[in-house]
Amino acid sequence: MAMQDLIIEYIKDEYLEEDDEVGLDTSLITSGIVDSFSMVSLKTFIENKYDISIPDEKAAPEAFDTVRKIIDLVHEFNPDAT
Amino acid sequence: MNSPNKGTNIGSYEERVKDFAWEMISQELEYEEGAPLNIGWYCTDRICGQGLGAKTALIWESTQGEVRKYTFDQMRLYSNAFAKLLQELGVKDSERVAIYLDRVPSLYFSLLGILKLGAIAVPMFSAFGHEALQVRLGNCDAVACITGPRLVRKLRKAMPELPALKHVIVVDVDNEGKLKGDEMAYSVEDAPPVEDFTAFPATKETPSLLHYTSGTTGQPKGALHVHGSIFSQYITTKWVMDLKPDDVYWCTADPGWVTGISYGVIGPWSLGATQLVLEVGFIPARWYAAIEKHRVTVWYSAPTAIRLLMREGEEIVKQYDLSSLRHLCSVGEPLNPEAVIWSEKVYGLPFHDTWWQTETGAIMITNYPGMEVRPGSMGKPFPGTAAAVLDDRFEPITEPNKPGKLALKPPWASMFREYWGNRAIYESKFKNGWYITGDRARIDEDGYYWFEGRDDDVINTGGHLVAPFEVESALLEHEAVAESAAIGTPDQVNMEVVKVYVALKSGFEPSKDLELSIMNFVRKRLSPLAMPQIIEFVDKLPKTRSGKIMRRVLRAMDRGEPIGDISTLEDD
Repeated sequence: MAMQDLIIEYIKDEYLEEDDEVGLDTSLITSGIVDSFSMVSLKTFIENKYDISIPDEKAAPEAFDTVRKIIDLVHEFNPDAT
Repeated sequence: MNSPNKGTNIGSYEERVKDFAWEMISQELEYEEGAPLNIGWYCTDRICGQGLGAKTALIWESTQGEVRKYTFDQMRLYSNAFAKLLQELGVKDSERVAIYLDRVPSLYFSLLGILKLGAIAVPMFSAFGHEALQVRLGNCDAVACITGPRLVRKLRKAMPELPALKHVIVVDVDNEGKLKGDEMAYSVEDAPPVEDFTAFPATKETPSLLHYTSGTTGQPKGALHVHGSIFSQYITTKWVMDLKPDDVYWCTADPGWVTGISYGVIGPWSLGATQLVLEVGFIPARWYAAIEKHRVTVWYSAPTAIRLLMREGEEIVKQYDLSSLRHLCSVGEPLNPEAVIWSEKVYGLPFHDTWWQTETGAIMITNYPGMEVRPGSMGKPFPGTAAAVLDDRFEPITEPNKPGKLALKPPWASMFREYWGNRAIYESKFKNGWYITGDRARIDEDGYYWFEGRDDDVINTGGHLVAPFEVESALLEHEAVAESAAIGTPDQVNMEVVKVYVALKSGFEPSKDLELSIMNFVRKRLSPLAMPQIIEFVDKLPKTRSGKIMRRVLRAMDRGEPIGDISTLEDD
């Protein structure tokens, strides 16, 4: 499964209720879908899946605000991730 | 470090301590002993009666940036409408009505309406999962719940275990077709105005609010408050927040917790103050933009937010005009000295730490405007409050700087009156004529109080208390968990975060995916606050010979501190 689809599927499964949709540019943090505490589990998922370690200074809420930004973040630490 | 505010409401702290009398507050609130006292009426009708009906009570900014303003007269009408709605549904005084909403205007209207009706309002944190809801609403047998389209779906999961819950009122519904069963859509702004509603003739001792809080043992407990609490909330808001007629006040606390009610509803509106509510959570740029846009003058926030703002740095601050700010306060956990010094440097104002608890209902120890702020100190007791640090025999310690149990002498107006349905635990909080807070502190030579830590196992994360038992109980339902122990581990931003030690059932092996599964399991059932951020797999947990988990040992091991007496530890 492509990275975009995998992350979207995870967000839908874990943070949304049935019928909710999320896209590449849906605001996750600003809209309250993911709060600062829940962001820790999203970060853990990304780190586990793509075998990376994101330091605290890079794990600002803005970096996790959309799926597109999360993909950029993954590529910063693992350019080959797909 | 001196606060620059001149002409403060409190004036001289020492004078106020000397001449404090509750009768003085009665006079200010024009209350005569034995007369009806209803918080809902005091926060709306009384203010309108003072000629302030057209004054803005609430400035609300949505996540999308839409701004709505409501006057005190609109607050009066909309709270009347909620009171009438509940009355027509058959809700009686003293019955429990939950509010499970994001920070939307109807949260505030409905809260005041519930109080006007004489029912007991039960605020629920909007990030609670279905299990957290089930435990709390089941404990108090809530008969109605006011919620929104997003949250009603989580409420539905809890409904099968909530037989007393007869009415689910859903506000801000854009598609009624998505409602199920007896759920009722309601829009107070579209409903016929209710000009007159006779507020329930509550007395000082009539129950008003039930705030759930976490303790060392057992499930969360509902701290019951009364309408008379307004005396404490009114005067502490006036003297500590220093609110004046032209102020724009912003309390960032969520109304699902006691701060968001005592100082996000009752205190400011009983004074007729204008307050800002942001629907959006913590986003530094949005926060600074809101201060600039709405010309916020008095800001009450929390150490976790302040430390995150520190992490964002000074450059972002320079992009906004924050010159309207004149007084800053903080609550939730001890405010570290660095944060006080940083705010003085960056905002030109120190944050004033305030200390209190769900059970106290209002500020008890604090740094006052105009008084010397000692960075890192809790401040001094509020006038009329007898505080002390007690030894193990529950006697006051007179020696300066010697730590002990922080205690308060009852009664005071906003003191909790019981834990809902749990008299024994309520009574256990009082020893030798003192209310034992569960915090440890010391008092310096000049009478300033300094926080030393918790005296129990409760976890304070981001200013919210999490009960280890609640986390451990939820984890028992996870298919891989045989047993677990939850502790608070130090965290730079949140003071503590939840860490769990987990012993797995046979057939399960530790893995990163299992860690994530455990995190999400707790997050969805309880809340993101209760989600373990660190998980350590162990073969077995340290227990006493009677089988009680020794969290003290785990906490000492986690912090690299001496383990202490382990003579009661079970043998291998």
